[in-house]
Amino acid sequence: MQNPYLPYPVRIDQIITETEDKSLKTFKFVFIRPEDEEKFAYRAGQFAELSVPGLGEIPIGIASSPTEKGFVKFTIFKTGKVTSHLHAMREGEIMGIRGPLGHPYPWETLAGKNIVIIGGGFAFTTLRSSIIFMTDPANRSKFKDIHVIYGARSPGMLLYKEELKSWAERDDMNMHITVDGTDDPDWKYHKGFVPAITEKFAPPADADTYAIICGPPIMIKFTQPVLDNLGYSHDNIIMSLENRMKCGIGICGRCNIGKDLVCKDGPVFTLSQLNAMPKEY
Amino acid sequence: MKLIKIDKKSLKEGIDKLKRTHCVFGPVRENDEYEFKVLGDADMPDFSFSNTRMSPKAIVYPQTQLMFTYSLDDAADDCRILKEVPLDERPRAVIGIRPCDALAFPLVRRNFDTPEYQDTFWVRAYEATTFVGLACNEPCATCFCTSAGTGPFGKEGLDVLLVEDGDDFFAEPLTPKGESLLETAGWTTEAGGGAEEKITSMAAAANEHITSAVSFDNIKKREILELYDAPFWEEEAFSCINCGTCTYVCPTCWCFDIQDETFGKSGVRMRNWDSCMSPLFTLHASGHNPRTKKHERVRQRFMHKLKYYVDKYDNGIQCVGCGRCVRLCPVNIDIRSICNKMNNFDPEACKCEVASS
Amino acid sequence: MTGYTEKIREIAARLLTEGKVDRVIGFRKGTVPMMNQPHYVTSPAMAAELIWDSHCGLNLANYVTDRKERIGIVAKGCDSRNLVTHIIENKIKRDQLVIIGVPCTGMVDRNKICAMVEGEITSVEESDDAITVSGNGFSKTIAKTDVLRENCAVCTHRNPVIHDEMVGEPVAEQTGVDAYASVKKVEALSPEEKWNYFENLISTCIRCYACRNACPLCYCPTCFVDESRPQWVGKSQDPIDVRTFHLLRAYHCAGRCTDCGACETACPMGIKVREFTKKLNMDCFELFGWEAGLNIDKRPPLDVYKTDDPDDFIR
Repeated sequence: MQNPYLPYPVRIDQIITETEDKSLKTFKFVFIRPEDEEKFAYRAGQFAELSVPGLGEIPIGIASSPTEKGFVKFTIFKTGKVTSHLHAMREGEIMGIRGPLGHPYPWETLAGKNIVIIGGGFAFTTLRSSIIFMTDPANRSKFKDIHVIYGARSPGMLLYKEELKSWAERDDMNMHITVDGTDDPDWKYHKGFVPAITEKFAPPADADTYAIICGPPIMIKFTQPVLDNLGYSHDNIIMSLENRMKCGIGICGRCNIGKDLVCKDGPVFTLSQLNAMPKEY
Repeated sequence: MKLIKIDKKSLKEGIDKLKRTHCVFGPVRENDEYEFKVLGDADMPDFSFSNTRMSPKAIVYPQTQLMFTYSLDDAADDCRILKEVPLDERPRAVIGIRPCDALAFPLVRRNFDTPEYQDTFWVRAYEATTFVGLACNEPCATCFCTSAGTGPFGKEGLDVLLVEDGDDFFAEPLTPKGESLLETAGWTTEAGGGAEEKITSMAAAANEHITSAVSFDNIKKREILELYDAPFWEEEAFSCINCGTCTYVCPTCWCFDIQDETFGKSGVRMRNWDSCMSPLFTLHASGHNPRTKKHERVRQRFMHKLKYYVDKYDNGIQCVGCGRCVRLCPVNIDIRSICNKMNNFDPEACKCEVASS
Repeated sequence: MTGYTEKIREIAARLLTEGKVDRVIGFRKGTVPMMNQPHYVTSPAMAAELIWDSHCGLNLANYVTDRKERIGIVAKGCDSRNLVTHIIENKIKRDQLVIIGVPCTGMVDRNKICAMVEGEITSVEESDDAITVSGNGFSKTIAKTDVLRENCAVCTHRNPVIHDEMVGEPVAEQTGVDAYASVKKVEALSPEEKWNYFENLISTCIRCYACRNACPLCYCPTCFVDESRPQWVGKSQDPIDVRTFHLLRAYHCAGRCTDCGACETACPMGIKVREFTKKLNMDCFELFGWEAGLNIDKRPPLDVYKTDDPDDFIR
């Protein structure tokens, strides 16, 4: 019986500050024991519990794609006790990760479909994982059209800026980068809130088109009616939830919404499923 | 398996034998209350009790449990690498657990022992434990076990069932583990003819004693959101003071919190019982709290026990009718009233009321 | 206190009919013997649900904290003093409240009663000065004064200090009781005996926080035991943390506690948590001549600076 609370020890290989206000950093972890990387085999959409001995654990979506070997990446927002400590850690330090946890995005269902990815702010991490996974040469042919709409408050608050640029230049996906506003005269992408950009550029709905949305509650609140108007069925809208977690493996009972545990039955739910669940999130 | 008879006079001898190979737990009187404790060399279980104040869940799942240790010394090889705390896997025996508390264990096991993850701490402790139950000849007014999945002579979750009958106990082994325990204790005298009939009639008499009941057949049929949005939660939750009494004394509540505590350069990762009654339970680091209001938390507890668990496992409610929360709630929130209120709830009737008022 | 039930119902119905309050907070009969449930009614018809007897030991002032509506509240002596403290501490406004004063002859301790009989109590009746409990094959009548809660036995403020209505004539205040007798007994112990005394006292604490949550004074948005940045107190059963909780909570109640006993009544483990707060009440009395909640116009001593403060470090 393996102890599910025991983390794999990892070393911080690289820390990159993503945003101009330094509130978001991307951590690249390398497994200290190479065999742990295999045990950690994950899929886009899953999360892991990042474990800092002495402080605690936090559930964070996996930002790297399973097609990227040798490391795992997480983008972490500084907000509480553990994340503040993490932000102060240095490359070379040791900590732990447990996972992979939760259900990934439903890749079997999404195969052969048009995918519309809509993300806002720092909720974009598992969406990065999904984009890199889908656009990997081994996988790209498994999906039809890929549309991505991603927005942040300002250019400096966008994550993965270099990668965003390269995605915008690809011809096998439609990339729509937007910011709420900017004074930058060289800004060549969109200006406007994510719901508005979605209304303009999201493809029409049909049985073969799925939307994956990840973002702050306010963005989701205003994006959902747009998708409704475009005719997206609630079975075709996929979302990823957050909740306060501790064990991440469906045992401590903390993260339930109705009868579902966000860590184990989720964090990925379709909008149809969410509509049947109590609004406790 | 053969029904055994144990003369009360030879109980001590058997328990002493058990103590050689098992860590033995039994009900012990402390002031005016009974609790399950490890029986020391001179201790005997005291069966003159209706039930213990705290449930025996702490035997398998202690309130504070150390999980890992770690060093924060940068010079150490294992700096910041968590080390497992060795588990105490000595065999254990619980003597005198009531059928309600015994049923709680298989019920809780569904949470801790799943196909995807096994909670090694809980599962190993549970598997190392042999449960010797004591049937209730005189259930209390707050007992409602018969409508909660078991009964005063219930057998689920037990390895042996003891039935007190005057100067003797009948001991019915229910599992190979139970048989083995009876052998180890030297309790091997077969009960004479008529014993089974006697137990059956005692069980029927005990069932007659139960005056309290809950119904949840309608709760099962309702949609989650119908019950969740019912208008009675605010009123029912009014008196609640959001302490943790109900959750801590309840044998079927299992939620816990994981914390690290550091002393100088070393520390432990532990888990402690936690309660959904606490506002902190669902507080996000951002400050957002899905259950910021009291009635939302009270609703969560009863929906979890009486509806979510039912929907999830289709095997009855997450309550064994022990009555502890009913007796000990400081403000008399009564799960029986709430269960029956939920069961009698008719969303259509409420709509008519609203329309006509 | 017989006859109070009818009066409370009459007053509640009247206040609600006249639209003077939005809700009346009192007690309704509990579902188990010797237990009542804090309850509110919002219509004259519901007023019939309210009752009053010797098992109304919880402090209803706990239920008005930070409320915005107009409330009729049933308050015995100690409860009324907590309402005064609430008003002084800005947790409720005086003009929101219609205080239904109850001159109280004391609440009984159900643990004491249970200890006096063998077997489960299934019904209870009471008269003005006696409680009769019955169960399977037994019935016992006990003098109320024999089973009063400890704080009620030494109470010298049985009559409400503030009220808008009264449900009965004021009762005689007790004289010749030493409110701090129990504190002095503990003070007389040697340091080692004291240590053991308090260790035993809280040895069964399960950190449920029923004591804290039943207390009207404990209304901090984040209690010190729940704070995480920094974390002051551990959450485990480590005796150090259990001690810290009880000792610090008592200090936070210093000068504010009215010895209403709700904490002890609420505790599921029967811990005499008043042993901590009582000491601090005595200190406040001896150092500052202060008893909490007696006067709506006076601020508590730990709230106020005076030039003749007994402590010289503050001068």
